[in-house]
Amino acid sequence: MVTYTGAVDPPFRLSMLIYDRRYRSLTLQAIVFILVMLAASWIIDNTLKNLADLGKTLSFDFLFRRAGYDIPQQLIPYNSDDTHLRAAVVGLLNTLLVSVLGCIAATVLGVVAGVLRLSSNWLIARLMTVYVEVFRNIPLLLWILVCLALFTEIMPPPNAYRGENPAAGMILFDMVAPTNRYTAIPSIGMTNPPGTLALGREGISWAFIAFAVVIAAALAGRRLLRSWARRVQDQTGKRPTTWWISLAMFALPVLLLTWYFGLHLIPPVLRGFNFADGINLDNALVVLWLALTLYTGAFIAEIVRAGILAVSRGQSEAAFALGLRPRRTMSLVILPQALRVIVPPLISQYLNLTKNSSLAIAVGYMDLRGTLGGTTLNQTGREMEAMVLMMAVYLALSLIISAGMNIFNVRVRLKER
Amino acid sequence: MKKSVFFGSVTAVALAASGALAAEGDTLKEVKARDALNCGVNTGLIGFAAPDANGNWSGFDVSYCKALAAAVLGDATKVKYVPVTGQTRFTALSSGEVDVLARNSTWTFQRDTDLKLDFIGINYYDGQGFMVRKDLGVSSAKELNGATICIQTGTTTELNLADYFKANNMEYQPVNIDSNAEGEQQYMAGACDAYTTDASGLAATRASFADPENHIILPEIISKEPLGPAVRHGDNNWGDIARWTLYALIAAEEYGVTSANIDELAKSSNNPEVQRLLGTTDELGKMIGLDAEWARRAIKASGNYGEIFAATIGEQTPIGLARGLNAQWTQGGLMYAMPFR
Ligand SMILES: N[C@@H](CCC(=O)N[C@@H](CS)C(=O)NCC(=O)O)C(=O)O
Repeated sequence: MVTYTGAVDPPFRLSMLIYDRRYRSLTLQAIVFILVMLAASWIIDNTLKNLADLGKTLSFDFLFRRAGYDIPQQLIPYNSDDTHLRAAVVGLLNTLLVSVLGCIAATVLGVVAGVLRLSSNWLIARLMTVYVEVFRNIPLLLWILVCLALFTEIMPPPNAYRGENPAAGMILFDMVAPTNRYTAIPSIGMTNPPGTLALGREGISWAFIAFAVVIAAALAGRRLLRSWARRVQDQTGKRPTTWWISLAMFALPVLLLTWYFGLHLIPPVLRGFNFADGINLDNALVVLWLALTLYTGAFIAEIVRAGILAVSRGQSEAAFALGLRPRRTMSLVILPQALRVIVPPLISQYLNLTKNSSLAIAVGYMDLRGTLGGTTLNQTGREMEAMVLMMAVYLALSLIISAGMNIFNVRVRLKER
Repeated sequence: MKKSVFFGSVTAVALAASGALAAEGDTLKEVKARDALNCGVNTGLIGFAAPDANGNWSGFDVSYCKALAAAVLGDATKVKYVPVTGQTRFTALSSGEVDVLARNSTWTFQRDTDLKLDFIGINYYDGQGFMVRKDLGVSSAKELNGATICIQTGTTTELNLADYFKANNMEYQPVNIDSNAEGEQQYMAGACDAYTTDASGLAATRASFADPENHIILPEIISKEPLGPAVRHGDNNWGDIARWTLYALIAAEEYGVTSANIDELAKSSNNPEVQRLLGTTDELGKMIGLDAEWARRAIKASGNYGEIFAATIGEQTPIGLARGLNAQWTQGGLMYAMPFR
């Protein structure tokens, strides 16, 4: 019998840290790590020391002091008596609002433009090419400024809507009034309002909750309906027509609630200096939204086009051969495969859009950068603290967006079995 | 555009981190070594500080910069004008980008203490007002309920405005702008009903319009805005130089010393205060690290306080501001120089 004793490791010597390949990389990593840490601590230490020399200490107390300034657009109740912290939250919500609106609109625009760019219609395909190239190749800030200039110089002031023979007329059945300050759109009124659910200073109308519940229930119902249809299809080979049932599941309760609450549109009317009763969509928001959408949409169009082109032609030919109609081919064969290619770069477009929204500064839109990093920073003189906080918030936002999109990515990814 | 404050803050942070900070230093020594005074001024407000077509700055605040440069460096032209907005100005000062800030800045408690600035005096007693188009049919600020109002961010203006409307139970929609030029443009385009800032600034802005007669400044003055030059906390000697240069200009008017008669008075005046001011007797200049004739040069640069006022913003200029509160104390105003002794 042969017994194998195995090689005995030579005893460890210090020189092995440099000469032994197994240890060398560890040594290098440790050295680099220490250097980076030293540099970081030097910067931090130096900053604190110099702040102290200026007579400033790092302190976040200012967040709890009275802000004293007003903010043009607020999603939660806010007035000048509130704290800087609340002002920062108002700003953050404004950042989120324009980012979410921008991501949705840019995705829709990008998908449409990306698909149309592959269209066999020469004119449409060329037009989309022009759109993509023009918006991709000119800096976003310029687009924002161009949009702003268009809005303030071309749109009439609210005053132009006044009088017997107004210089400007409202559009869309006298429901919408674009002005050089905002676009006045109708608001939704109720003749039979159900009251509100109080949540601190905010409140949510019960009507809103009712609609949310009804739509959620309809979505759940549609799922059940679909799995039932699939079962029937598996058993009989025939898929029952379900579209009208699912449509009815949405439409009927919504119509019923609308009738019950007496929902109707309240058109904006000019009262005093400005339009009242409706909702005044600030030009700053509209301009920023428009510019972010057009700009990011161009990038998304390219991503979508690349994703579709990545699915080999054989796939759609095979689907046609099996008798699938073009729409089903798209939704069942091409899109699921294209999404795998599309989603990862799409994440970075969403991140870009969110970060680019801080260009709001150019149009006076009060986002996080405008409140915390603008007026608050300026009125309190807390540059360091405000900058650090803002960086932390943007970092957190970006991480949350990527985490969410990564979950989605895992779901659409190629399942290897 | 508003990106300047961002870059300003980044610079401040970067400067704070780099360790090369002027704050601890001796500003007088630095200015002398540089042979130029960095003066923070408006981005452009006619009468106070604005460059002409050739890039030569002039105005009420600019004259102070010139006087200070003349006192310290012996040459009123050795000034580097650094245009700063409402948002960037204090960062520019505390980061050492400018040695002195002469930019329609209001002396407030918080700026004096928390922001670590030292206001060295007041060169213009002002208050906040509103300007509207005549055809708006508004004759009092109390009628502005619901109006859209343009304000400069980073100013006392935005805080006063919030307070005023709240106290009067009125509402308004703010439009944030970053510089006077942007404000003018928005106001002219009708993007706001009213423009609010210091009354002197309104007069200066209106004077630059093509149709000043179509705009009125409402009678209400809603705040106290004592405007004055500011320096950083901590360098007291530099603060003294800046303060007494301003007083020299004001005292010169009080004692009838003008840029025209100053050389003659330096020889012939037998008023002991004038003799001390002009360095004929005593050497006050030495006590602040300058020479005997510092004040003489400061006054010669653009004249005494009254001359500067008359030439830049006074009643004979398009801006047409009356002396009012800014007359000498002997004339019923608030201008009062501490004794040169
Ligand atoms: N006095 C106020 C307001 C100062 C201010 O911003 N004034 C305006 C108008 S008087 C100005 O100087 N604008 C010129 C510019 O934008 O450069 C303060 O100190 O906060």
